Amino acid sequence: MHRKNFNAAIAAAGLLMASAPAYAQSVDEKVNQIFASSTGWFVNLIFSNFPGTSFPWIVAWLVVGATVFTLYFGFVQFRAIGHSIALVKGDYSDPNDAGEVSHFQALATALSGTVGLGNIAGVAVAVSIGGPGATFWMILAGLMGMASKFTECTLGVKYRNEYPDGRVSGGPMYYLTKGFAERGLPGGKVLAVLFSIFCILGALGGGNMFQANQAHQQISGIVGAYPGWITGVVFAVVVFAVIVGGLKSIAKVTEKVVPFMGILYVGTALIIILMNADQIGWAFGQIFAGAFTGLGVAGGMVGALIQGFKRAAFSNEAGVGSAAIAHSAVRTKEPITEGYVSLLEPFIDTVVICTMTALVIIITGQLVAGPDGNYLLNEAGTAIQTVGGTSGVGLTSAAFGSAISWFPFVLAIAVVLFAFSTMISWSYYGLKAWTYLFGEGETTELVFKVIFCVFVVIGAAANLGPVIDFSDAAIFAMAVVNIIGLYALMPIVKRELNSYVSRLKSGEIKKFE
Amino acid sequence: MSGKFVVGYDGSASSQRALEFAVDRSQAQGGTIVLAHVLEWSPYSFLTPNELEERHKRREEELHRAETAIMTTVVKDLRDKGVTVETVIKYGNIPELLAKIAKDCGAIQIVIGRSGHSALGARVFGSVAGALVQAAPVPCTIVP
Repeated sequence: MHRKNFNAAIAAAGLLMASAPAYAQSVDEKVNQIFASSTGWFVNLIFSNFPGTSFPWIVAWLVVGATVFTLYFGFVQFRAIGHSIALVKGDYSDPNDAGEVSHFQALATALSGTVGLGNIAGVAVAVSIGGPGATFWMILAGLMGMASKFTECTLGVKYRNEYPDGRVSGGPMYYLTKGFAERGLPGGKVLAVLFSIFCILGALGGGNMFQANQAHQQISGIVGAYPGWITGVVFAVVVFAVIVGGLKSIAKVTEKVVPFMGILYVGTALIIILMNADQIGWAFGQIFAGAFTGLGVAGGMVGALIQGFKRAAFSNEAGVGSAAIAHSAVRTKEPITEGYVSLLEPFIDTVVICTMTALVIIITGQLVAGPDGNYLLNEAGTAIQTVGGTSGVGLTSAAFGSAISWFPFVLAIAVVLFAFSTMISWSYYGLKAWTYLFGEGETTELVFKVIFCVFVVIGAAANLGPVIDFSDAAIFAMAVVNIIGLYALMPIVKRELNSYVSRLKSGEIKKFE
Repeated sequence: MSGKFVVGYDGSASSQRALEFAVDRSQAQGGTIVLAHVLEWSPYSFLTPNELEERHKRREEELHRAETAIMTTVVKDLRDKGVTVETVIKYGNIPELLAKIAKDCGAIQIVIGRSGHSALGARVFGSVAGALVQAAPVPCTIVP
């Protein structure tokens, strides 16, 4: 009896000792399991395909929304682009308002939240799975998405809260409540609460853990593997210093370096494309041919279309509602002007930057084609074979590196900075949703900011696949709620648009100087 | 002959000297002083979302501070001495705005102090005096 107990004790001790090194591992796995089993249904719901197809309904939801807004506002994104640029230049800004948030600043801040991994890694994924043809659908989705941004950002400014101390707060939660009330529609409050919940989850996930995780991958890809929590803690300290400590200097440096990085990225891409100028015609041929035939890619034309649409939506966030939060601080008497300005965002993000990435990958011949001109698939049959077997950021990096050998290092720095600025932006979006739910106040805000910093460490340290899936799903769930709201409120935007255009024509709204 | 003297004033020692110079000249000629304070600002700078939210509030605070900390005392001193003075506080590019203020109020001269950058510093960071003499619609005096 005693002996039996003793044996059992030894066995238990042995088990404990054996499990100690694997402890961290098993915590990850536990978190994964619990998370996957409790949230899997939600992820499956958001990313489920139409019955009998491999077309996710959420992609259709975004594209149908963008198409409806494009038609409803009479292709505003093509007719108004000149006026948008004039607004950004400040031609219509009252010089006496100098010192207030300009259109340019609102646009630049919103852009720094969207330009990031989607433009670098997402496009590589789209092109390697969907083939060059995915680029065509991505551009199309970007062009349509301009109308979604136009709608949501106009509403964001129109229904923002202006507090007595001069601060402003806006976004879908405010236009869902106030706009629905104004139109006498029910359910605005429910949608606003749902939106806020998804926004907080999306901010912690896609806007934070995913970014920290990818930044760590990039850094360890260059300096060699090391534990992720180190990156996590460093990032968390810097993020903490900015969002809690109010350390302006770091934010200022980032906000200056990020646009520079964006320009450097596009500039380098252009140089590589020009270096291969004789291939440009061929590359566009591949893009157009691939768009309608698939060029033998898995899933054919539909595969290319899904990838293009999906990655465009991931990248420019049109219809998600996040940009409406950033744009709503602008100083203007006319909400519609911010709509005009915001429609440049998907254009710059998707039609320009994403297309550059795609062209560089195609032109530098990263995708392996067979003798018949069709692309060869990799062994698993899931994507096109690439020269070095790379995918995601690695593919983009290899494409740039094949033309300019040292550029991958610059790219790594760019990815880390983009990740950081996206985190700063999303910490703000999440905070706005948080304060909408729990009220404003220093303690409530601090609670969210601390939670946000903790998630930076978790995101960098762990490879929490299901958590990332869930947060992606949360970002798209924001779009479900937001676009319902946009459908309900689009007549208000139309009224604003008509009134503004007629006053612009009559000369009541004039340029300054 | 009377006229307005626009003085670029930021409370610094050199701008103080510029003001004294302008006051002497204006009293000799029977002119008045326009005290201009420009807060450096570009609508094309980059801000974080949080800065966007608080921008309007900060602007009010900055204007208030400029008014109370920089302008109030000096204006009172000048008025005690019997100098006629008006004030302008604006956001923007300093040389451009000084030129614009001079043009708008029909000034006969702009007077500014010299910040005293080295030649290299002026090359790297640009100098207000250098830019102003290129843009000014009226004669400028730069007081060392």
